[in-house]
Amino acid sequence: MQTLNTTLLIIGGGPGGYVAAIRAGQLGIPTILVEGQALGGTCLNIGCIPSKALIHVAEQFHQTHKHSQHSNLGIKVQAPSLDISQSVSWKDGIVDRLTTGVATLLKKHKVEVVHGWAKVIDGKTVEVESAGVRIQCEHLLLATGSESIELPMLPIGGPIISSTEALAPRALPKHLIVVGAGYIGLELGIAYRKLGVEVSVVEARERILPTYDAELTAPVAESLKTLGMKVYLQHSVESYDQATQTLQVRTADGHPVPMAADQVLVAVGRRPRTRGFNLEILDLKMNGSAIATDNRCLTSMRNVWAIGDLTGEPMLAHRAMAQGEMVAELIAGKRREFSPAAIAAVCFTDPELVVAGTTPEAAQQAGLDCIVAQFPFAANGRSMTLESKSGFVRVVARRDNHLILGWQAVGVGVSELSTAFAQSLEMGATLEDIAGTIHAHPTLGEAVQEAALRALGHALHL
Amino acid sequence: MGTHVIKMPDIGEGIAEVELSQWHVKVGDMVVEDQILADVMTDKAMVDIPSPVHGKVIALGGQPGEVMAVGSVLISIEVEGAGNYQAPAAATPATAPAAPESPPVAEHKPTVQAEPRPQSPAASAPATPRAAPVPRQADERPLASPAVRKRAWDAGIELRYVHGSGPAGRILHEDLDAFLNAPQDALQAPVAAYAKRIGEEQIPVIGLRRKIAQRMQDTKRRVAHFSYVEEIDVTALEELRVHLNEKWGQSRGRLTLLPFLVRAMVVALRDFPQINARYDDEAQVITRLGAVHVGIATQSDDGLKVPVLRHAEAGSLWSNASEIARLATAARTNKATRDELMGSTITLTSLGALGGIASTPVINAPEVAIVGVNRIVERPMVIKGQIVIRKMMNLSSSFDHRVVDGMDAAQFIQAIRGLLEQPASLFVE
Repeated sequence: MQTLNTTLLIIGGGPGGYVAAIRAGQLGIPTILVEGQALGGTCLNIGCIPSKALIHVAEQFHQTHKHSQHSNLGIKVQAPSLDISQSVSWKDGIVDRLTTGVATLLKKHKVEVVHGWAKVIDGKTVEVESAGVRIQCEHLLLATGSESIELPMLPIGGPIISSTEALAPRALPKHLIVVGAGYIGLELGIAYRKLGVEVSVVEARERILPTYDAELTAPVAESLKTLGMKVYLQHSVESYDQATQTLQVRTADGHPVPMAADQVLVAVGRRPRTRGFNLEILDLKMNGSAIATDNRCLTSMRNVWAIGDLTGEPMLAHRAMAQGEMVAELIAGKRREFSPAAIAAVCFTDPELVVAGTTPEAAQQAGLDCIVAQFPFAANGRSMTLESKSGFVRVVARRDNHLILGWQAVGVGVSELSTAFAQSLEMGATLEDIAGTIHAHPTLGEAVQEAALRALGHALHL
Repeated sequence: MGTHVIKMPDIGEGIAEVELSQWHVKVGDMVVEDQILADVMTDKAMVDIPSPVHGKVIALGGQPGEVMAVGSVLISIEVEGAGNYQAPAAATPATAPAAPESPPVAEHKPTVQAEPRPQSPAASAPATPRAAPVPRQADERPLASPAVRKRAWDAGIELRYVHGSGPAGRILHEDLDAFLNAPQDALQAPVAAYAKRIGEEQIPVIGLRRKIAQRMQDTKRRVAHFSYVEEIDVTALEELRVHLNEKWGQSRGRLTLLPFLVRAMVVALRDFPQINARYDDEAQVITRLGAVHVGIATQSDDGLKVPVLRHAEAGSLWSNASEIARLATAARTNKATRDELMGSTITLTSLGALGGIASTPVINAPEVAIVGVNRIVERPMVIKGQIVIRKMMNLSSSFDHRVVDGMDAAQFIQAIRGLLEQPASLFVE
């Protein structure tokens, strides 16, 4: 077995790992990255990117279908049909382009990529058996991401699928049941519905998108109804009978209900990937099921770092990237800490949903005296031209000095507002700063300014 | 009804504390505008504090004789209307005093007090636009843009010690500049004669430094060091060296002390083969070596390196001298090959003029001995009852006491001493 020596060894080539590698390369740190599957990790291959591609296909199909029936816009088309294999290969093309791009960037920054499964030997040694190498490093960066949680009564296989299979369908089911009404389940459920599949959603808790507040998720719940999706809240799944294609579900009061479905998508969340690469041997301090780290992403072992989903919630690619960049700079001897004011999170449901910073509920729990104000898209011109009337932008600010603590929005296309939200929070903007910034007309962004104006007591268009 | 709070005013002498001398009112008294409430004393003068408002005294902030900080609450008066003070909501981080208010001593009109604040605007309802800087609580996150944060990290500044002058107490680039340029603790400290230095630099221990650190630590942990210092009269040796340099310096090259020391070690080692050895403590084997490969400890810009003079036992004074010079240059200019940096059997370390009077050299494991050379100095010595000036030099040597006994080590050094004090014997076979 060949022994390689390096300064930084990264396990995992997802958004956290590859960004750390690129930044380390820029800083002249000898770096080796070990990836067991494909560069880009969950995000590029079986997560963010492919799901957005599928959502785009579904939206185009859905719009065309709508026009073929009754078009307010006056567009006349024939009812569309769908070649799903063509859709999937289009999506694969995007994924290919992005992962190839990552490989090129790594090469450009002189990062050595070793393909194979890493096996941790100790805090400074990793073996990759399939590649026949043993790697000695000074710094070990764990960036192994997360994996879908499986339900013991619904093991993945055949008609029971996870998001991975749902993103590469060979054929569409007739009736899909989505288990879990979190963002993954709803994004995919809505996409499948728009592609013409009958979709039902089963959720154990009392509302959809349970991590967001009811006010914010109401427009999404409304949209599910309009799309003809059935939502079963406070229902738990029992088992699936393949012969009769029936999912056994239990209601809140314990009544068993059979539900017909030829495919079941299990989307009940993700958990840190801590198993399968002998990480146990390091006996790192844990934080629940995640690796515990300090504000520099250092684990309980010196020179062993962990970033991204492996370190727990919020499991977001952009968080992992920021941490990866920071760890590379720390290893290069710079002083850094991971202390963002906010990390925005986006759900690409229909309508989309964005949260950044403190929610009204969290502010209240923290005992903060806050102003909460929202501006509805019903009063926004651009929104109307996008055939959208639902949704709003909401701002949370301290009453004493008007410092903005958080933003939330729900509505068509609001994912792009996450940029403005995160920026205002990182810059420490006050309500007056946002109210005093001219927002271009006609854009959805005007609702951001109006929300701030409303918090100050003088919204113009309401 | 509201509460009007009067704070200990800044009397304008740049002072931080004021002594409360006397109250003219007590709790429950009704006061009218301009009525004198208290006398306070600075180190310069007694000052009256008049009331800017009508109302009832509801609390006094201190006892006569108490020294109070400027800005602390002096007295609270219940007034008609909103007052200037809002009871803090539970855990609202706005309880700290707001921006300095106009001191009542300067202006007697009640209108100069901070504008009344709305009592408690309903949630989601219009609020009065007002965003004065509010000081941060101790545990609050400093408010600064990412660019300011990065600059502070790079400069080694803890942002929570920096005053934020921006909206909502935001720390601006200007605030960082002010912090960096401000003399620390300007209030207490007299003007410092020399600028204070702040910031710290972290230097990652990598590369050669890391290797050195590991080797040193490992050696110190594993090897039972035993150090022995002996002084040697090098007067005769120096005379010989000067003579040889005068006679042969041009043609054969100049000699330093090192080739003589190498020669002395080579000769002495013939009788002490246990000292020219390598000890593999894991295998529990001592290997005695015939060849004497002398490691020459050399300082380079990167750190300590030990190039190796091979087969020193076979070299002449001049050939060893030129090889030592070549190796030192190679090590300093980073041109020494891997082979030239390994394989020594015993090490010689010399700091030359910086040699000091004694040192405790660390053995270059797995070798078992290192000979350290100290500075040559002229000292008065007693020889045959006479005080004479002699050139004296100490040898500070360390041995691996696990495998070299103290007696052998001492005899080895004494043998070297004998050879160096009678330099002719260096060349007698």
